[in-house]
Order: sequence, then structure tokens, then C-alpha cells
Amino acid sequence: MLHVLAETDPGEVAKGLTAIGRGIVYGGAAIGPGIGIGLVVASAITAMARQPESAGMVRTTMFLGIAFTEALALFGFVLAFIISG
Amino acid sequence: MIHDAVINVLAIDFPPISHLIEWPSGPLGINKVVVLMWLSVILVFGLMYAGSRKKALVPAGVQNLAESAVDFIHNGIILETIGPDGMGYAPLLFTMFTFIFALNIWEIVPFAQMPVNARIALPILLALLVWFIYNIVGIIKQGFFGYFKNAMFPPGVPWPLYILVSPIELVQIIIVRPLSQSVRLFANMLAGHLLLTSFAIITASLWSLSFLIVIWPASLALLIALTAFEVLVSFLQAFIFTILTAVYIGGSMHPDH
Repeated sequence: MLHVLAETDPGEVAKGLTAIGRGIVYGGAAIGPGIGIGLVVASAITAMARQPESAGMVRTTMFLGIAFTEALALFGFVLAFIISG
Repeated sequence: MIHDAVINVLAIDFPPISHLIEWPSGPLGINKVVVLMWLSVILVFGLMYAGSRKKALVPAGVQNLAESAVDFIHNGIILETIGPDGMGYAPLLFTMFTFIFALNIWEIVPFAQMPVNARIALPILLALLVWFIYNIVGIIKQGFFGYFKNAMFPPGVPWPLYILVSPIELVQIIIVRPLSQSVRLFANMLAGHLLLTSFAIITASLWSLSFLIVIWPASLALLIALTAFEVLVSFLQAFIFTILTAVYIGGSMHPDH
């Protein structure tokens, strides 16, 4: 193990670790918003099914909620590109 | 910031990300993105000019398109968020919606294939415009101290919570709103662009890899499905940007009581 590491170019190791870090950043940032968007849409569907006449208002509010929740995942997406090795 | 090495997966050469969104500039820094932006301005102006010339009682063709777009802004956005007294903002919101949608839809137009909003300059400009508008509207409608007092101290909150709520609300109206609004538009369009590019490259490469050609139809079908999905995303992001603008203006006009 040690002599394998010694033969490897440290630059290559840093590059690989950067790639892993990018994956972890975006993957981690997607967990919370994934759950959150699921909750938002599930509640919106329940509301529309109970009161179909209010579907228009619920849909508008649902898109707003999705937009706010999704922003965090998108920050992670942008951050994954900004991270440099 | 962005490393330029060609990423090699399964012997497929992916271009570095900077090659997908950066274009060579001509005189005065005019490149493909700028030309597409001018084309969108001309396109939206031309369509709306043609739609508003004849004023037929029963709309048809371009006039129908223009009138249903205006109707969508009136009923789908302004009445749902600001209320009847927000009709004065209809020209702003209508221009914003159609312009952003025209910029986004270049993503799937053959030979253009580049959403203008995948470069962050234009989303930042639009978000700053929105920032100025809702802050100035709030200061005019509620007065300078009234605006910040209503924004930072929402009624119905137990007073110890103001220690937590007030800084958050202040940071939100000053930094977080324009930041999230611009990054949302930019990141959605960039992600869509990368997705379509990845599947196009995979589809093209599978054609030349002998034994992997069995999964080529699946890749092609997914590319077509994702192109259709990006039409939805383009519309949805224009809609969300416009409706957030309307919500911010509405919040500045009618503070919580």
C-alpha cells in the first residue's frame, strides 16, 4: 500500500480526491432538497385531490415552494464546479 | 477553477466543461451568446408587434399567441400573487417572462443549442433589476423605515424570536433573494445543457463502439425524451423567475399586518 502511494504522482492523487470531493458535494447537497421537494409535491397533490377547485392556487404555491427548496441543491451543483484541485 | 483535461469514461471523450459554454469572441466581445440574445429580443419584439397590429375581435394566429400570453401573466401570475392593484406591473412581468423563455428555448433549437442563461451574466443582471424594483417599490409604498421595519419585524412573532428572525429577514431581502434568483436560473439551464451534451456525446460514441451498439437505441430515446423535458424546464424557469419577481413586488406593496 505504502510503496504504491509512493510511486503515484501526488498531482494525480489530488486530482482524484478533487473529483471525489465534487461528487460528495453535489450528492450531499441533493439529499435534503430531494426529500423537501417530495414533501412539497405530496402535500400539493393531497390538497388538489381534496379541493380540486383550488388547484390553480395550490399549483402556483407548489412551484414557489419547489423553487425555494431546489435552490439549495443548485448551490451545491454550482459549488461542485467551483471546487478546484 | 475549471480543469481542462479531457475526461475519459469508457473510451468516450467528454470535452471539458469550458468548451461547452465559452465561445470565441469577435469584435467588441460579440460571440454566439450575444448574437442569440439579440435574436431573442428581435424575436419577442417581432412576435408581439405582429400580434398587436390587427386587433381582431376573435384572435387567430400570432394575435392568439400574444393574447394568451398576456392572459397567462394577468390571471396566472399577477392575480395569484400581487392582486388586482398589481396590474401596473403587467408590462414588466410580461416582458420578463417572454424574454427569459426566448433565451432559454435556444437550448433545444438545432444549430443554436446554447441556452443564453447558462452564462451567469444575464441572470445576474435580471436579478439585480428585480432587486432594485422591489426595494424601491417597498420604500415608496411604506417609507424607508417602515419598509425595513415591516420586513424585519413581521407581526405575530413572539418577541424573543426577533433576535433570530430579524437578521435572517434582513439578509434575505438584501443578499439571498437576488443570489438565489440568479443562481437558480443559471444552474438550471447549465445543468440542462450539460445533460443534453452528455447524452448527445454518449449516443454518438456508442455508434462507433462495436459491441455496445445494443444500448444505442436506449441512449437515443433518452436524448429525445430529455430534449422534450428541457422544453418544460425552459418554460418552468421563466415562469418561476417571473412569479418570484411578482411575489417580491407583492411583498413590498402589501406588508403583513
